[in-house]
Amino acid sequence: MTLFAGIDVGSGYTKAVILDEGREVLGSGLTHSGANFGEAAERARDEALAEAGADAQQITACVSTGYGRSNVTFAEARRTEIDCHARGAYYHFPRAMTVVDIGGQDNKVIRVDATGRRIDFAMNRKCAAGTGSFLEEIAFWLKVPLDELNRMADRSTDASVTLGSYCTVFAKTEILARIREGVRADDLARAAIDSVARRVLESRVITGSVVLTGGVVAHVPRMKQTLEGVLGVEVDVPPSPQHTGALGAALVAYNVAESQQTGR
Amino acid sequence: MSEVKPRRIAAARQMKKVMADHFLGIDAASKDPARKVAWCTSVGPAELLQGFGFEVYYPENHSAILGATRKATDYIPHANAVGYSPDICSYLTADVGAFLQGYTPLTRAYGIQSVPRPDVLVYNTNQCRDVQDWFMWYARHWGVPCLGIQTHRNIGPVADDHVASITAQVERLATELEEIAGPLDPDRFRESVALSRRCSELWERVLCTGAARPAALTFFDGTIHMGPAVVLRGTQAAVDYYELLLAELEQRVADGVAAVEGERHRLYWEGMPVWGKLRPLSQQFLELETCVVASTYCNSWIFNQLDPDDPFRSMARAYTELFIVRDDAVKEDYIASMCEQYQVDGIVYHDAKTCPNNSNNRYGMPQRLSERLSLPFLVINGDLNDLRCYSEEQAKTSIEAFVEQLDQAN
Repeated sequence: MTLFAGIDVGSGYTKAVILDEGREVLGSGLTHSGANFGEAAERARDEALAEAGADAQQITACVSTGYGRSNVTFAEARRTEIDCHARGAYYHFPRAMTVVDIGGQDNKVIRVDATGRRIDFAMNRKCAAGTGSFLEEIAFWLKVPLDELNRMADRSTDASVTLGSYCTVFAKTEILARIREGVRADDLARAAIDSVARRVLESRVITGSVVLTGGVVAHVPRMKQTLEGVLGVEVDVPPSPQHTGALGAALVAYNVAESQQTGR
Repeated sequence: MSEVKPRRIAAARQMKKVMADHFLGIDAASKDPARKVAWCTSVGPAELLQGFGFEVYYPENHSAILGATRKATDYIPHANAVGYSPDICSYLTADVGAFLQGYTPLTRAYGIQSVPRPDVLVYNTNQCRDVQDWFMWYARHWGVPCLGIQTHRNIGPVADDHVASITAQVERLATELEEIAGPLDPDRFRESVALSRRCSELWERVLCTGAARPAALTFFDGTIHMGPAVVLRGTQAAVDYYELLLAELEQRVADGVAAVEGERHRLYWEGMPVWGKLRPLSQQFLELETCVVASTYCNSWIFNQLDPDDPFRSMARAYTELFIVRDDAVKEDYIASMCEQYQVDGIVYHDAKTCPNNSNNRYGMPQRLSERLSLPFLVINGDLNDLRCYSEEQAKTSIEAFVEQLDQAN
């Protein structure tokens, strides 16, 4: 069996996806990126291969993406995560859309036309606010795991609590002030998630179909409804949203192999 | 991706010599009681100062060297500590910070121990207000006069009264300079204006070799080779240098030699260079087979309005018709015409954190021009000198993704 691999080495996690000749997902892997991106890429790939019941020799082409894309020595080519998230999202939702990827270190807003071609993109400015690491900071501050932040937010009863600051450090100070004022932690958790969604709003005018990808919605599922509330449009989330970039990379690998085969 | 080597410009060797002669000449002048040194902003009234016999030194150039040698970020905090905010011009903060710490990159480059002590500092606010604050700091430090021209801002069409107002200021400046340096030598003044004009014409032709397909010159080459146009305009040395450089580049055009081998895409750069990252950015574009063929920045030292027969008025007009002092409508028309002339596929805007006047992405211009020209754009967040404001990974990914987008469009 001929296989195609995509590896997405992100700032927090490294993801891998294995596709078969029919572009069906056979396996996926997820591991902490840690300090050695090359090793993380191998671990994620091997995990995906194990799930697929296959071995590395069967991989015809492998493409890497994400912050650590250059560290994947066994990849034939590399693409940016912007390209790969667009492709991965289009695989599940083949239509004109805006892809909102909220990852660990950045968020991206990517517009795709009806044929899957990228029209444009915008990334967050150089600040952790509006990203997964902001929520991790807040979870750390509230002394709860990230997944718990979602459950806490679901229990929020006071929608008037908001975080208005532009910056992660200021937001933390703001939380401190709210705690002092006696605001419940559940309401602060919801306010933090709301603030991430609001940062997306400032990137681009977003209309029409929206697809939300990336690690944040995988750990904080209420980000979907929060974003819907902020944008005023329905938001779709692909299966395994954290693997969307790796899936996109695997799709590029498929295309690379196909074009080599046909000589194009 | 394989390591691609940039194509070297042979004239660069001569440029190094010309620049060394310039700095060593000023250093010698500053130690000679019979000679006088003036500090001047980069688009200040240099020709007038030369007419008075001053050796002219340009702190903006000095600060750009601090940036290019990746020393600026080390010294900016020292200026912040004495009250100059990290949010204001990082040319100012890097230069003042380095001075406070007794550092100049001229020591390593030319064996010069310190920047030259000025007899007068002369600014033109056509660049920004920060140059005035910058020069005032040194004026207070040394107890020397600081004189200036206050240019109008957000100018649409340049009217006669704009020019008249600036002409009057240049003439008043001449009166003030007389008290420091004695009478103006009108012949030397006219000669300086004529040489500046010639330098400007040659520099424009140099930049135009970027319009060839493939382009013979990149924006990154331009940022290096603009040195003499900035610090030596009004001198024969600059004219001689650009004649040499132009001949080499025109030969490239004639031979179809590309600055970026395999040029696939052509881009326009709007905004300041990221001085400390010129090499990695240049290398990235090279590897992506994408040539940044033109920029507003390098073209900002073209002053073809200069006229030796009408030196005061023509200087006033040249330094008022500058891109940076114009309103957005004029700026948009200018960029649109450049994009057409250089046949670009997209525009990169550098949003420089500490330089609002050179960051033209902040009032909707990228969106307006994109619609008008049907050209995609990219905004990179960074700074001219303060690398704390620059995320290399984010910039690299954005550029790579932008080129992927251009690939898809083809």
